[in-house]
Amino acid sequence: MTTITADGQIDDHAHDADHKPAFFQRWFMSTNHKDIGTLYLLFAIIAGIIGGAMSGLMRMELAEPGIQYLQTWASISNGTEASMDQAYHLWNVLITAHGLIMVFFMVMPAMIGGFGNWFVPLMIGAPDMAFPRMNNISFWLLVPAFLLLLGSAFVPGGTGMGAGTGWTVYAPLATSGSVGPAVDMAILSLHLAGASSILGAVNFITTIFNMRAPGMTLHKMPLFVWSVLVTAFLLLLSLPVLAAAITMLLTDRNFGTAFFDAAGGGDPVLYQHLFWFFGHPEVYIMILPGFGMVSHIVATFSRKPVFGYLGMAYAMVAIGVVGFVVWAHHMFTTGMSVNVKMYFTAATMVIAVPTGIKIFSWIATMWGGSMTFKTPMMWALGFIFMFTVGGVTGVVLANGGIDDNLHDTYYVVAHFHYVLSLGAVFSIFAGFYYWLPKMSGRMYSELLGQLHFWIFFIGVNVLFFPQHFLGQQGMPRRYPDYPDAYAYWNQISSLGYWIMLVGVAIFFVNLAYTFLAGRKAEGNYWGEGATTLEWTLTSPPPFHQFETLPRIK
Amino acid sequence: MSVAQAQLSDKNVRSAMMAGMFALAMLGMGYAAVPLYEIFCRVTGYGGTTQRVDAAQAATVQATTKPMSIRFDSNVNSALPWSFKPEQATDRVSVGARDMAIYIAKNESSEPVVGTATFNVTPVLAGKYFHKIQCFCFTEQLLKPGQQMRMPVLYYVDPAILEDPETKDIEEITLSYTFYRSKDGQAVDQAGNDS
Repeated sequence: MTTITADGQIDDHAHDADHKPAFFQRWFMSTNHKDIGTLYLLFAIIAGIIGGAMSGLMRMELAEPGIQYLQTWASISNGTEASMDQAYHLWNVLITAHGLIMVFFMVMPAMIGGFGNWFVPLMIGAPDMAFPRMNNISFWLLVPAFLLLLGSAFVPGGTGMGAGTGWTVYAPLATSGSVGPAVDMAILSLHLAGASSILGAVNFITTIFNMRAPGMTLHKMPLFVWSVLVTAFLLLLSLPVLAAAITMLLTDRNFGTAFFDAAGGGDPVLYQHLFWFFGHPEVYIMILPGFGMVSHIVATFSRKPVFGYLGMAYAMVAIGVVGFVVWAHHMFTTGMSVNVKMYFTAATMVIAVPTGIKIFSWIATMWGGSMTFKTPMMWALGFIFMFTVGGVTGVVLANGGIDDNLHDTYYVVAHFHYVLSLGAVFSIFAGFYYWLPKMSGRMYSELLGQLHFWIFFIGVNVLFFPQHFLGQQGMPRRYPDYPDAYAYWNQISSLGYWIMLVGVAIFFVNLAYTFLAGRKAEGNYWGEGATTLEWTLTSPPPFHQFETLPRIK
Repeated sequence: MSVAQAQLSDKNVRSAMMAGMFALAMLGMGYAAVPLYEIFCRVTGYGGTTQRVDAAQAATVQATTKPMSIRFDSNVNSALPWSFKPEQATDRVSVGARDMAIYIAKNESSEPVVGTATFNVTPVLAGKYFHKIQCFCFTEQLLKPGQQMRMPVLYYVDPAILEDPETKDIEEITLSYTFYRSKDGQAVDQAGNDS
C-alpha cells in the first residue's frame, strides 16, 4: 500500500493551487472534496432545522394530555377540515419524517458526507477523493431524495396526507395499510439516499486503501479515518439489504408480489429481519465517525496522543463486525423462542465490551493530560457522558426478558435519543467547533460556543431524561395522546425542548459571528495537541492541497 | 498523466469494482433471504412450522401409549367470504398414531373464490415434531358459490417429541389455520364469471 511515490513535481497542468472555478461551476458541478463536504454540511444543517422543527411540533402536542394542535395542523395541510383520524395520521407522518430526516438527511450527511469528505483526504495526505465526480453524484442524489421525502407529505398516504409508516416502514402497514403514492415516494427517497451512501462508501474505501501518503500504514492512520473506513464497510454491507427489502415492499405494493403478504405465502416478519439486518449496523454507521472525531478532540485538548491507539481502531472494527449479528434484539416481541432470545441478548451485550474499551481509553487519554476546556472539548466530554448513559440503558434493553416490558415504550425513545440525539449530535457539534476555523478560516466566538454547549446540554437532558420515567411507567411511544398520569414528566420534557431550541439559536448566532466578525485562524490554532495532517495546512486549506505528497515517518 | 498517476487510477478502479461487487452481492443476499428464510422455517420447525412427510415415511412410525391432546383452531381473513370451522374442537391421540381431523369450509358468497391457508402449531417448539401426511393446506382450494367442503388433515405427532428435553413435557398442541383469499384467485374468479 506504499507504492505511491512523491511525484507532485510531475504535475503537468501547472496552475495556481488556489485557483477557484466560478460560482455555479464551483458549487453545482463541484468535484472538490472540500466544497462537496461544505455542501453536505449545509444540507445537513437545513435538514436538521426541518427535522428538528418536526420534533418541536410533536413536543408541543405532547406537552399536555389530549389533542391540542394536531387537528388544526392537519386541516391546514389538507386545505379542508380534517377528521380526527387524519389528525392521528398526521402524527404518524411527523414521527416518520422526523426519524427518516434525522437519520438519512442530517446525521449521515453531516458525519460521513460532511466531515468525511472534508477531512479524510486531508488526514491521509491525499490531493482529493479517488473519484471526485462520483463524489458529486453522491451529493446530488441526496437532494432529490430529500425532496421526494418532503413531497410525500403533500400526497395521499392512506388515512391522510403523507407517509405514516414509522421510519421502519414495516409491512403490512406500509403495504396494504397505506394506499396512495406517499409511501411509494418515501420508499424511492430511501432508494436514492441509499444509492448515494453506497457510492460514497465505495469512494471512501478506495481513497483510504489506495491514496494514503507515503509512509502512512493502516496502523498509523488517524482514528477518524479508521472510523470512516469501518463505517464505509458497514454501509456497503447493510444498505443493499435495505434496498432489497424496500424494493420488495414496492413490488408488494404495486406489482402484486407477496413477499410480505401471508395471503400469498409471504411473511411480514421477514421484512423485520431484513430491515433490522440493515437497521442495526445503521445505528453504528451514525455513531462510529463520531467516535473517530471525539478521539482526536480528546487527544488535542489533553495534549497527549490517544491512549491505546490500536485498541481504539480495532474496537471500532469489532463493533462493526458484532453489529451485524445482533439485529433481532429489535424484534424480541415477535414470538422468538427462549434460545433465540438468549443468543441475541448475549450477543448484544458483547458489544458493550469494545464500546467500554473506547470509553475507558478516552478517559485514560485525559488522565494526566494538560487539559483545556475549549468548546469542542466540552462537546466531546458531553458526548462521552451522554453516550455512556445511553449505553447503560442499552444494556438494560438488551435483555430479552426486560424488553418484553419496555418494548415500544418511551424508555426505548429515551435510550436511542441519548445515543443518537445526544451522542451523535454532540459529536457532530464537537467536530464542527473543532474544525470550523479550519474549514472557514475564521475563529468562532468561544463565549457563544460555551453558552451553546451549556444551554443545549441542559435542554436535551431535561427533554430526554424524564422519558426514561415515562417509559418505565409504561407510556407507549408513537401516540399523540396519553392518560393524565403521564402529564407531569411530559410537560417537563416539552420544556426541555424549548431550552434546547435556545441553544440552537445561539449556534446560529455564533455561525453568523464567525463569518461576519470572526478573527482569522492560523494553520494550527489548537497548538501542539493537534497532530494530524490537516493542521500542517493553512486555514482554510488551499483549493488543491498536497501537490507534493507529505511523508509520514 | 504520469505513470504513477495512471497506476493509481487503475488501482482505484479495481478497488471500486471490488467494493461495488460487495454491494451487489449483498443486494443478492437480500433477495436470497426470501427462499432461505422459508427453508430455514421448514427444516427447523421455527415459529411452529409443521413438517410434511409422505405415506411411506409415516408407515415406519410406531405408535406409543403416551396421549397427546390436540386442539384445532380456525381463522378466516376478512377479505375471504368463507366460513371455516373444525368439525371437532379437540381430539386425543397417542403420540406416533395417525389421526385425521376434518375442517369444514363454506363459500358464503355468490361467486367462486379460491382460498389458501397458512398454518402453524403452538407451542412453537412442537413444530418440528408435528408431521402432516396429507393436508388441504398444501394446495389452493376453489369453492363455488354456496359450496361446502370437508377438508381433511392427516397427521401424527413424532414420538421423538418425547426424547427432546425441550418438548417432552408438552401435553397439548394447538394446530391453527388461517384462510386467505388467494392472490392468484382473482384470475380464477374472472374465469369463473365468464363461463
